[in-house]
Amino acid sequence: MKHTISVLVENKFGVLARVAGLFSARGYNIASLAVSETLEPSISYMTIVVEAKDEAILEQIKKQLNKLIDVISVTDFTKKEHVDRELILVKVDYSPKYKAKLEKLFKKYVGKIIQKKGCTAIIEAVGDQKQIRGLLESLSEFGIKELVKTGRVALGH
Amino acid sequence: MIGAQILIESLKREGVEVIFGYPGGQVLPILDKLYDADLKFVLVRHEQGAAHAADGYARATGKPGVCLATSGPGATNLVTGIATAYMDSVPMVAITGQVKSFLIGNDAFQEADVTGITRPITKHNYLVKDAKDLARTVREAFYIASSGRPGPVLIDIPSDIQMQETEFIWPETVEIRSYKPTLFGHPGQIKKACKLISQAKKPILYVGGGVITSGAHLVLRELAEKIQAPVTWTLMGIGAFPATHKLSLGMLGMHGTAYANHAIMEADLIIAVGARFDDRVTGRIDSFAPNAKVLHIDIDPSSISKNIRVDVPVVGDAKNILGEILEELKKLPDISEWLKTVEDWKKKHPLRYKDEGIIKPQFVIEQLYEATKGEAIITTEVGQNQMWAAQYYKYDYPRTFISSGGLGTMGFGLPAAIGAKVAHPEKTVIDIAGDGSIQMNIQELATCVCNKINVKVVILNNGYLGMVRQWQELFYKKRYSQVCITAPDFVKLAESYGAFGIHVTKKEDVRAAIDKALEIDNTVLIDCRIEPEENVFPMVPAGEAINKMISGLA
Repeated sequence: MKHTISVLVENKFGVLARVAGLFSARGYNIASLAVSETLEPSISYMTIVVEAKDEAILEQIKKQLNKLIDVISVTDFTKKEHVDRELILVKVDYSPKYKAKLEKLFKKYVGKIIQKKGCTAIIEAVGDQKQIRGLLESLSEFGIKELVKTGRVALGH
Repeated sequence: MIGAQILIESLKREGVEVIFGYPGGQVLPILDKLYDADLKFVLVRHEQGAAHAADGYARATGKPGVCLATSGPGATNLVTGIATAYMDSVPMVAITGQVKSFLIGNDAFQEADVTGITRPITKHNYLVKDAKDLARTVREAFYIASSGRPGPVLIDIPSDIQMQETEFIWPETVEIRSYKPTLFGHPGQIKKACKLISQAKKPILYVGGGVITSGAHLVLRELAEKIQAPVTWTLMGIGAFPATHKLSLGMLGMHGTAYANHAIMEADLIIAVGARFDDRVTGRIDSFAPNAKVLHIDIDPSSISKNIRVDVPVVGDAKNILGEILEELKKLPDISEWLKTVEDWKKKHPLRYKDEGIIKPQFVIEQLYEATKGEAIITTEVGQNQMWAAQYYKYDYPRTFISSGGLGTMGFGLPAAIGAKVAHPEKTVIDIAGDGSIQMNIQELATCVCNKINVKVVILNNGYLGMVRQWQELFYKKRYSQVCITAPDFVKLAESYGAFGIHVTKKEDVRAAIDKALEIDNTVLIDCRIEPEENVFPMVPAGEAINKMISGLA
């Protein structure tokens, strides 16, 4: 099962390597990872989506993260009210036969066309897991040429 | 001051008395400043020896051990020693030279990404990029290494930073916002712990290295005597509780005593203190102590419920928590029946061996115990020698058994003995070795002789890599593959180093050789020819329940 956790870390070189190294050394899987500086420049905010087959492993992951000297705090969103989003960019076929259909799609799903060039268009969409999945499913009939995702970011109350 | 001077000044402020190290191109500025510093420097013959010596010093004193090596190969040679210290939670500060900061990443001569290499085997590490950060870095390194669950910390210092001129400002306090170890038990958890203890009918104290680290041995003894619970320990916990005490059960686990293993399997409450339920202790996890509730006291939250589900965890320093429990504990459990059962096991399944024919290793250890009256510091190598040393010498005091537990590092014992002897020159320090392990860091005999660090080495020489041979005998149909190891003439070798060598082949000569070795004011090596195919028993086969022991005699 996938769990979203956020980790506040010291914004120093090597910290990402420490976190990534911990996951690989202990055999945990990272599904996605997003890192950026916070308003306080000495602190970075990581949103990590981890795969843990049971509660005990998730618990270990959190404890091991907390054990790293540069980790300030760990928040598990599994049972916590929060919002999460990811951003995707999708390059699709924009030939005349798809145009109208594609425009119509955005009435139902998140996303918009942000760049058109010749017979291709790049779509940007921001949403939660379900919204993004819905969009990607409906886009598949247009022929997805390329797809890139940011990984999930999450914020709790 | 230049960086090198700041480093040395900072080490002195941290109370460092000795550095174990080896020179090289990228620590030249530090070596130059050491020339004038009143700091003892023990020049080893291989950097691995420096790391193990610093480790041995730390285990013998509780203070962080310090080792120094140059960049590249110097630093990578420290790696095994750092990993050894990490696995056994030993406070250590390793200082390495690095190529000049502007050359980092250029594949410069003797460059290695040492912070990268040591990241998973240190508690924390630093690459210092400005001499201004050096004093604070040293301060933090010692604080991190020796607080919480201790461990090694590495400081990598480029040689141009060692030369950089800056003002020396010593930070009086150290404050790391992201690192705040929990020291005292949560009052609610202490109450729950006491309730569990009061209700127990068959409690057992299972103690590990954390008791020694925290200095909790006296309060542990007080608790054991108060509730009259039998005490068993891990390899790292040897010395945490007096082996000669009537409540003692000895070591448990793969090569533990049969009665300790029976007791923990039958217990209804395991009071784990500073121990981590390692696989060598639990054996097959799903059949471990099926009827026991588990009370787990540990300073490292990640040790709790890692291998075994814990009923009542108490996070914090063992000494504080045991004190808090003693204060809170009102109702004592009634366990006279349980103690009788345990006593019966003790009588029925003692540690024993057949003392006949060629010299038995167990006999040698017993003689060492008698000759030293149990007052020596014993270090070990890894393998059969280590297990016999754990089983047949009786340790009544903490910090007297120094052995690589978690990593199981062969070649540890001799350099660790050097560290222990430097820490306690007045004490007898003996490395109990095998003929395989001793050859891994035998070059440190030169360090002993040149620095007049008079340690004693007793080689239990069976001509085999004995523990692997034992496994091949028991589980691989006696197909002895690559375990027959030849050795040099150890006596001549000792002599060529300037040490004293004694050859022993007969049982009746063992004690005289030991007495002579203890008397001689020099490093002495005893080459003791023992029964080649003696096994360590009892033994729990890997993956079995720990009461399913093979015992040679029972």
